[in-house]
Amino acid sequence: MSKKKSGGLGKLKGFVGNQLFIPFIAIVILAVVNLVHDPAFFKVVLGLNNAGYPVLSGSLITILDYGSELAILAIGMTLVTAASGGQDISVGATIAIAGSAMLRVLCGGNTRPDTIQAPIIVAFIVACIVGMLCGMFNGMLVAYFKIQPMIATLILFTAGRSIAAWINNNELPIVPDPKFAYFGGFIPGMPVPTTVFIAAACIIVIALVLKFTNLGLYTQAVGINGSSSRLNGINPTFIKFLSFVILGLCVAVAALIKVSRLSTINYSVIAKDIEMDAILAVALGGNALSGGKFNMWASILGAYIIQFLTTTLYKFNVKSDALAAYKAVVVIILVVFSAPVVRDYISRMAKRFAPAAKKEAA
Amino acid sequence: MDDKRILEMRGIDKVFPGVRALQGVDFSLNEGEIHALMGENGAGKSTLIKVLTGVYVRDGGTISLKDHGEVQIHSPQDAQKLGISTVYQEITLCPNLTVAENMFIGRGAGTLTNWKKMNEDADRILSSLDIPAKATQQLASCSIAVQQMVAIARAVDMECKVLILDEPTSSLDEQEVEKLFGLMRDLKSRGVGIIFVTHFLDQVYEVCDKITVLRDGQLVGEYEIKDLPRVQLVAKMLGKEMDDLSDIKGEQGTYHGADANEQIFEAEGLQSDAGIAPFDFHIKKGEVNGFTGLLGSGRSECVRAIFGADRVLKGSVKMKGKSIKITKPLDAMKNGIAYLPEDRKDDGIIGDLSVRDNIILALQVLTGFFKPFSKAQANAFAAEYIDKLNIKTASADTPVKSLSGGNQQKVILARWLLMHPEYLILDEPTRGIDVGTKVDIQKLVLELASEGMSVTFISSETDEMLRTCSRLVVMRDRKVVGELSGDDLTQNKIMSTIAGGEQ
Amino acid sequence: MKKRILALIMASVMVFGLTACGESGGAESTAPAADAQAEAGTSSLIKVGIINNDPNESGYRTANDKDLKAMFNEANGYDAKFSYSLKNDEQIAAAQNYIADGVDYLLLSAADTAGWDSVLKDAQAAGIKVILFDRTIDADSSLYEASIVSDMAKEGQTAVDWLAGQGLSEYNVIHIQGVMGSAAQQGRSGALDAKVAAESNWNIVTQQTAEWNAEKAQQIVQSVIDAGTPFNVIYAENDDMAKGAVAALDAAGISHGVGKDVIIMGFDCNKWALEELLKQNWNYDGQCNPF
Repeated sequence: MSKKKSGGLGKLKGFVGNQLFIPFIAIVILAVVNLVHDPAFFKVVLGLNNAGYPVLSGSLITILDYGSELAILAIGMTLVTAASGGQDISVGATIAIAGSAMLRVLCGGNTRPDTIQAPIIVAFIVACIVGMLCGMFNGMLVAYFKIQPMIATLILFTAGRSIAAWINNNELPIVPDPKFAYFGGFIPGMPVPTTVFIAAACIIVIALVLKFTNLGLYTQAVGINGSSSRLNGINPTFIKFLSFVILGLCVAVAALIKVSRLSTINYSVIAKDIEMDAILAVALGGNALSGGKFNMWASILGAYIIQFLTTTLYKFNVKSDALAAYKAVVVIILVVFSAPVVRDYISRMAKRFAPAAKKEAA
Repeated sequence: MDDKRILEMRGIDKVFPGVRALQGVDFSLNEGEIHALMGENGAGKSTLIKVLTGVYVRDGGTISLKDHGEVQIHSPQDAQKLGISTVYQEITLCPNLTVAENMFIGRGAGTLTNWKKMNEDADRILSSLDIPAKATQQLASCSIAVQQMVAIARAVDMECKVLILDEPTSSLDEQEVEKLFGLMRDLKSRGVGIIFVTHFLDQVYEVCDKITVLRDGQLVGEYEIKDLPRVQLVAKMLGKEMDDLSDIKGEQGTYHGADANEQIFEAEGLQSDAGIAPFDFHIKKGEVNGFTGLLGSGRSECVRAIFGADRVLKGSVKMKGKSIKITKPLDAMKNGIAYLPEDRKDDGIIGDLSVRDNIILALQVLTGFFKPFSKAQANAFAAEYIDKLNIKTASADTPVKSLSGGNQQKVILARWLLMHPEYLILDEPTRGIDVGTKVDIQKLVLELASEGMSVTFISSETDEMLRTCSRLVVMRDRKVVGELSGDDLTQNKIMSTIAGGEQ
Repeated sequence: MKKRILALIMASVMVFGLTACGESGGAESTAPAADAQAEAGTSSLIKVGIINNDPNESGYRTANDKDLKAMFNEANGYDAKFSYSLKNDEQIAAAQNYIADGVDYLLLSAADTAGWDSVLKDAQAAGIKVILFDRTIDADSSLYEASIVSDMAKEGQTAVDWLAGQGLSEYNVIHIQGVMGSAAQQGRSGALDAKVAAESNWNIVTQQTAEWNAEKAQQIVQSVIDAGTPFNVIYAENDDMAKGAVAALDAAGISHGVGKDVIIMGFDCNKWALEELLKQNWNYDGQCNPF
């Protein structure tokens, strides 16, 4: 009996040290708070939308739906953070650029075309190229010119939205084809939001990439010790550059969802502050923002937790302009709990309680 | 407490998860005494020192100081206030501050700093210790040796009663070591007690009064220096009676294959951007040769040029008679050249990665980006070499940074051996590691050579090179100044070549 | 002398634009511009510093900026500089720059109503004439020459009066606000707040700022739908936010528009928004100049 219990405690202690501990605790706390406040939070209902197709709805679906862009961005941000030891703060602005390019291709420079001017896939490919170009620009500054990532990406952070506006001559085109709205909404007859599938596809792709290439090993090696990686035949400059290009691709996918949600774009507010959420997702996943080792799944989980938090706060009718303050509180708690001092303290406390529990059992 | 006794540690215990780092260790130090703390890596020397300086909190035992009685040391600041100063093996100063700032940082009595006075004081101390640095110079612009001396100057200036020197000489050349010893003797005559941690046996016998030996976290004993001959000391450290050092000479290390005369690697007029003169070099199959010369003479730069670690400016290289081009490390690796770098911490280990990932890294890179090893394969590789090189680690998943220096070095060695290179370059593989591992590495080199691997071996310790190499390239002032082999391979001949007594 | 003429022209263009709201204003605004061009031919250009909100803020602002640029250019006799910001402090900094540059006129559409006194006093001291457009400020009227602004309070009141006229037995309103503190937000929110306070059958289901952002509005409405709270009016303080709200309703299968479950109200009368009105997907759109 006593053996069993201490074994459980040992496992618990191991879990405290695990990277998924903090995100897991965050989910539990959010779930409990919502359960106590209103159990209906967890209700998922199948209804009909205005087009007459069956769709699922409920807070959980909302979290999966709106967390998609963030989860996709968290993939790229995790790699950038690991390889470069810094973050890309131009993500929101490059979403505006990629989205604007997509609209430009779809609408052909016309504000209110009657039909789309190019297939959606072409527009998406163009957006991917534009996103990767932005990533290359950032990556070049960081990897080849050795500028700190935050400073380097500050350029597009500042100029990006103006560039996005310029691409469409400051017009706000509206995509006429209802099919375009599928990506940010529902495919007729499919009750699950399309964004969930897009995010799942991205997650599967990155899982395959991490399994069948050495991207993970190289990225971590470069982030931990660039000079040593170089002497082992890795090209640290290229790996850093590559991480930004991958993030650029993630940006393009996120832009597709964002633009599709309303079939239009608003340069100054689209994906506003999303970079902070993406960085927060990486941090919530317990990844060091100074680079090196990373856990991709923890970051992705972190992204959904942030959306969980946002949805919960809306549910509690918290003023939306105060959301940032609540997120700040989360950051503070997170930083404090991941500090070695506090971790040591927790494991000491666990140790202190372990013998007590043993005695009790005996 | 004895009148002259300034430090007394009794029954010190320290437990880390899974390891009992110290078990009931006693240690005492008298005024005006230089006391060597010896032991293999992992024996508990660093842990004992960190307990004494408040970096770790001890789990048991007492520490008493003269004039203070029994004390509790919870932080390095506590230790400093009690007059215990430390100079660590790894330089712990701030490279982007000036020398003077580094000497006085964290010691200001008030919030205001009198920069002029501070710089003057610093210059005075530096010149009194004969350290070739200026107060206003940025620390990073000094050589590692000078940085180390600045660290010592900082400690010395803090009116310490107990000075701990943790491997202070591993990056100093002979003259600098002499200077340091002069300084230590000076402090000794002023009544300072010095704890000296080093792997250099010669240095222990040159400067110390007493030796305390630790093994596996336990005290082996405390000895007067005159009562403990070298062989005895090594035996106590290793825990077995054997004369390993003389054991390895000669009989091993000769390759008898039919292709013994084949040139494996040849370089002509090779020059890199690291500021060395163009040099010629060659190595045969199964040969062990080395670059020797004083610290900074360019021996590391030569092998870095061979491996493509620095940018190669000109010269031609051949591998087994075939012309090849090496512009980056990967080119060298593809041609079967491996390089264990001089700076283990900055160029060798990938600290946060596991022992396993560190071992497979080079072979993995060589295999290709799109062909990662399976988990089972990687584990098999790691297990093989952990066993083969006797790497002491909790598991293959342990981050390599938590291993002791010697074991870290073995991990890097494993990394390159896994690649099965034809030509292995070892740049200071034995620096800062314990005697046991040193001997292991030397033995391994000779063993590999006897199996037909060509090895270039660089070491600051000449006897190590004399034991292992059959040919030495001598360097002075970034130029190759001679080549010694056969009967010329003596300490004296090397010295005279380095000093320019040849011709 | 010339400057006074300019002021008159300016005032007439803008006042006309305001009164002629809803008619085609474009033709009228080009006529006086020709006069200015004639004046400019004889001497140097008139220096104008224009401080506006970000043209991307909304469809209204994009149109507004386009009109300003069509009017104030070298061909029409003006040396005009534009600066855009949604932040009051950045706007004030821009104003200080224009004062230092010695512009003749300062045209201002303030992001926030407060905080303009001292910088406008500086302008006055430098002999610079200040003309407010679109957005009013809390400052003594002696500090500016003319104020050509929308009466946001009236606009809000009109909308609320219209809503009251719908004769619903109960009003459960989702109130989506613009950037807090802007004149448009204050005017449009004020009327609704007053009505809700006065009438017992008017309730606010939720009152949140989406900062003119469609996407945020979509999330806000989504959260109300997920919570299952009943509502029958969406009062969005601009068209973009109304659009976001409607997107959430569509996904949830809640009918909206004329004769349907939920009344949709927007502001600014973007062309696409008027089309929604024609399709009877929306019920009301409050109007602003210039169109």
